[in-house]
Amino acid sequence: MTDPEILGYTRETGDFSRMLESVPYARFIGLECERFGDDLIFRLPKKEENLGNPVLPAIHGGVIGGFMEMSAAIYLMMSQESLRMPRIVDFSLDYLRAGLDRETYAECRLTRQGNRVANVMITAWQKSRSQPIATARAHFLLED
Amino acid sequence: MTDDIRMNRVRRFLDTLNQARELGLTVEAAGEGTLTMRLPYSDRIIGNPDTGVIHGGAITTLMDTTSGSVIICALDDFELCPTLDLRVDYMRSAEPHKPVFARAETYKITRNIIFTRCEAYQEGGETIANCVGTFMRIGKDATPKSYSELITGGEQ
Repeated sequence: MTDPEILGYTRETGDFSRMLESVPYARFIGLECERFGDDLIFRLPKKEENLGNPVLPAIHGGVIGGFMEMSAAIYLMMSQESLRMPRIVDFSLDYLRAGLDRETYAECRLTRQGNRVANVMITAWQKSRSQPIATARAHFLLED
Repeated sequence: MTDDIRMNRVRRFLDTLNQARELGLTVEAAGEGTLTMRLPYSDRIIGNPDTGVIHGGAITTLMDTTSGSVIICALDDFELCPTLDLRVDYMRSAEPHKPVFARAETYKITRNIIFTRCEAYQEGGETIANCVGTFMRIGKDATPKSYSELITGGEQ
């Protein structure tokens, strides 16, 4: 993730595949990212291994958390031209609806960036952006 | 209910969660309203390839699973309880090549809501992360009977 060559390539082309390929956990859950203008949309494809509750069936809440957490870190890294993965300090996650066994999306917003700490809001949805399945808020420590 | 029954219920529950199986989560100990689980180290869940440190997401899943499953150790009847929210504080990175443990407890149970606390740590005992969670009780009648029987199956 910290390979400057890969980061430069990602910034230039908006192609996140090489970057995500280099992070095992991103591959583990299947995280993808696409850039639209300046906006990043993160995508978690439907994946059997990510399921928790088998009755619905629904995506494991922890996977939804991990997906949003990693989305926020990548978003922050891209928005501040940093070469390092920011370190997460805390993460507060509200589950609003069951994450069904289908594709999930996430977008992030930088609420506040100080010198050392950044606050990021993350929203995740499936069928409609107006019906989020989870919202989260995270603090990251920015290292130089 | 004995600790053995609690342990077996949690094991059967864990076995139905695909992601828990993918991560290789196992039950270490179960008591009344307490539960300890173990997440083995794996190259597949590394978040920082330079250091080999596992991603926080895997620890979030460990703590969500332990906090959700400790409810089984607190209630006599099995109820599916969806997570309402989780708050995770990361104290330090997990050391590579070592398992991570999570110990959870239910500290308040009401008619509608269950409040949990959970701590993730490694051998030696230093805390990696703390987590508090709230879970919704949808009631045992809303839990499919076949699923309840699968979890409590073959006990009495």
